[in-house]
Amino acid sequence: MSTPTPTTPAPAPAPAPPRDAQASRLLRDIVQSNAMVSVLAVVLALVLSGILIAATDPTVQSTSGYFFARPGDMIQAVWHSVSVAYVSIFQGSVIDFSAYGFAAGIHPLTETLNYAMPLIVAGLGVALAFRAGMFNIGGQGQILMGAAAAGWVGFSFHLPLAIHLPLAIIAGIAGGALWGFIVGFLKARTGAHEVILTIMLNYVALYLVSFMLRTPGLLQAPGSTNPQSPATLPTAILPKLLGPNFNLNVGFLLVIAATIFCSWLLNRSTLGFRFRAVGENPHAARTAGINVKNVYVWAMVLSGALVGIAGATQVLGTLTTGFSSGIDAGIGFDAITVALLGRSRPWGVFGAGILFGALKAGGYAMQAANGVPIDIVLVVQSLIVLFVAAPPLVRTIFRIRQTGSGSPRIRKASSSKTAVVTK
Amino acid sequence: MSSLTPDVAVPVAETPGLAVAKTRSWKAPIALGAFVVVSVLLFLVAGRSGDSTFRLSSATDFVKLPNAVLPTRGTDVVLTIVLAVIAVAAAYLVSQYRRVPIWLIAVFGVLFFVAFLTWAGADQSILVPGLLVGSLALSTPLIFGALGGVISERVGVVNVAIEGQLLGGAFVSAVVASVTGSLWAGLVSAMVAGALVSMILAVFSIRYLVDQVIVGVVLNVFVTGLTSFLYSEVLTSNEKLNQGLRFAQVDIPGLSSIPLIGPLFFQQNVVVYLMYVAVAVVFFGLFKTRWGLRLRAVGEHPQAADTVGIRVNATRFWNVSLAGAIAGLGGAFFTLGDLGEFQKSMTAGAGYIALAAVIFGRWDPIRATLAALLFGFASNLQNVLSAVGSPVPSEFMLMLPYVVTILAVAGLVGQSRGPAASGKPYVKS
Repeated sequence: MSTPTPTTPAPAPAPAPPRDAQASRLLRDIVQSNAMVSVLAVVLALVLSGILIAATDPTVQSTSGYFFARPGDMIQAVWHSVSVAYVSIFQGSVIDFSAYGFAAGIHPLTETLNYAMPLIVAGLGVALAFRAGMFNIGGQGQILMGAAAAGWVGFSFHLPLAIHLPLAIIAGIAGGALWGFIVGFLKARTGAHEVILTIMLNYVALYLVSFMLRTPGLLQAPGSTNPQSPATLPTAILPKLLGPNFNLNVGFLLVIAATIFCSWLLNRSTLGFRFRAVGENPHAARTAGINVKNVYVWAMVLSGALVGIAGATQVLGTLTTGFSSGIDAGIGFDAITVALLGRSRPWGVFGAGILFGALKAGGYAMQAANGVPIDIVLVVQSLIVLFVAAPPLVRTIFRIRQTGSGSPRIRKASSSKTAVVTK
Repeated sequence: MSSLTPDVAVPVAETPGLAVAKTRSWKAPIALGAFVVVSVLLFLVAGRSGDSTFRLSSATDFVKLPNAVLPTRGTDVVLTIVLAVIAVAAAYLVSQYRRVPIWLIAVFGVLFFVAFLTWAGADQSILVPGLLVGSLALSTPLIFGALGGVISERVGVVNVAIEGQLLGGAFVSAVVASVTGSLWAGLVSAMVAGALVSMILAVFSIRYLVDQVIVGVVLNVFVTGLTSFLYSEVLTSNEKLNQGLRFAQVDIPGLSSIPLIGPLFFQQNVVVYLMYVAVAVVFFGLFKTRWGLRLRAVGEHPQAADTVGIRVNATRFWNVSLAGAIAGLGGAFFTLGDLGEFQKSMTAGAGYIALAAVIFGRWDPIRATLAALLFGFASNLQNVLSAVGSPVPSEFMLMLPYVVTILAVAGLVGQSRGPAASGKPYVKS
């Protein structure tokens, strides 16, 4: 359940390089480094997905019939189908060269950050639970509760912006934290497995919010018969960060703050140390005098609170015209992959969230531009996580020799694994 | 078997000369007490008058049973009292340092549901066979998935990828059956598809030592993405690939005319019958054969298994693949056994529910099957109750099975411990 020890080496391993050939050593280190493996993992995922896009392309299929007569046609069709798809992903997520002016050109980039915002913060929540040895599949429920609480505060009180907006965000955090608390409390008190609890609470939250959304006086918009809430009041809407032309809002600063907070919490604070200790080995942690049950409760409360922020940014920033029970938009489950790709390290999650945000923004652009279904993005995402998690596989495929710092690490890791097995 | 537990426990506790630490857990009485409070509030305070009709046979049945008409209020008062008595009995047992037997909890659960149905169905009629048949249909894929989960975790590989195995099986079986025109080919291909998903899980977790939960989650995303992509890109424009073929219902002669049980268990299609076989075979195999012993040894203590000459990683690889094949059959039920054609993400989280059933059933095939049946029943209850038009807002009805599961897991199951080496890769030193 914890992050994989063999595949996550410390950032600075390297036994001091002996005397000569520093430069070539450096070069080799770059090629063999984890960053390089990650880049190659992305390349590999894109290549495999490209094969999939090409194989299902009708033009490619028709030209493959006479491949041996005129191979050029098929090669051209393959190139066309794949390049058009990937170029539109790039243009939809980073820079649109065809747009006029700088502002319009970087518009896709801000969209990427906008999509990344809830993914990062929810991913941080899942990662925090991972580090404490728990698997939080309950992102959907926590986002729904966070969104419901933030949305309710957002549309029912008339307050100045300086009070209203923070209050709404805090309500969102509290909503998610409450849903996480139930899990942590029940796990600590009764030993119930958090996987069951979080899955079940997803459904409970879904139906609870659906009920509130169709009940006048709770969350339903007055005078409406649709299960939808009223629009968020302007005083509770997250202000746009880069002016009215861009969707990116102040929530992104909140997300950066949350990342810094998590980084401090896990690496510098006593509570974070306890989280990690329990995550590595709850028995040892108990022996060392750590109150494991408290850690479960606190880890789930903080995890839920972070995921709740994602719910808050959804209703206060992304969709301010009133929300329905689909406000989660799959973020709860995407957050798991984000946390996994980020190896449950706060800044890793940040980067992973931006990458997935880019794929999401670009995926919509691709679907609109040339009809390749956005589901291919899921394939790309999952392949990236899979390859990043298995550096030896990537090394084998690209025939990168693993020398020096690499192999003892593996040997050490595997022997420690055996030690765990033998107890 | 479980009813024997208190009788066995008492002599042990009384053995002279042995200092046996006496422990008692009040969780079960507290949980039962919570249900009694709910019953009192719902059935007495908010009680309803009228008659509740339970229709025990449908119009087409061979043997007709008469309808059971119960006075709503009277039945609920009696049942609430019985529930309270059971809760008090459980409290008494615990105060005597004895365990609350599972069968008592099961009786409690059944009575609670009967009381609830009586209450919800005041002045209405509830078609009992429909309720049960629908439950079995919803449970079948869960049971296959849970069996796959049990085998995989018992051999030492955490199987979060059940969702992916189900979805892969559903997709491939629909396409292969449509292309070949043979339902049986579809069924076999579903097993192959599930096994392939499992093999990726096995290779990454055994060969590359990747965290098994990570691979599982990622595989679910991968299969969801792949099948959705292929569905949008290929199947929608080419209807011949997704014709929606289904297995016909096969009545088992003799057995199918037993009232209530016949229509429920013996008027089903081949996939459901395969499920019965699978449950029996997995249970027998796991606990009575050499294969099962080796499998469990590898999952509990791989080094000991290695020492006596069992090839740990090979055993893991092939059994995880087998687990995937079984889960793949569950996927085939979605298409060939139930709906016919493949639809995007049609498993809708069933794999995660099956995972919950594995844990709820404490990694035991029979218990996991019962847990899956409970989940299936609970999710079908909402369909029946929404048809009846119950007095509570429908969302709370829909929520009920999940709340009950939370209470059951928290109050009655508690700490569940999986196979010792599950989730840990084995590296020979």
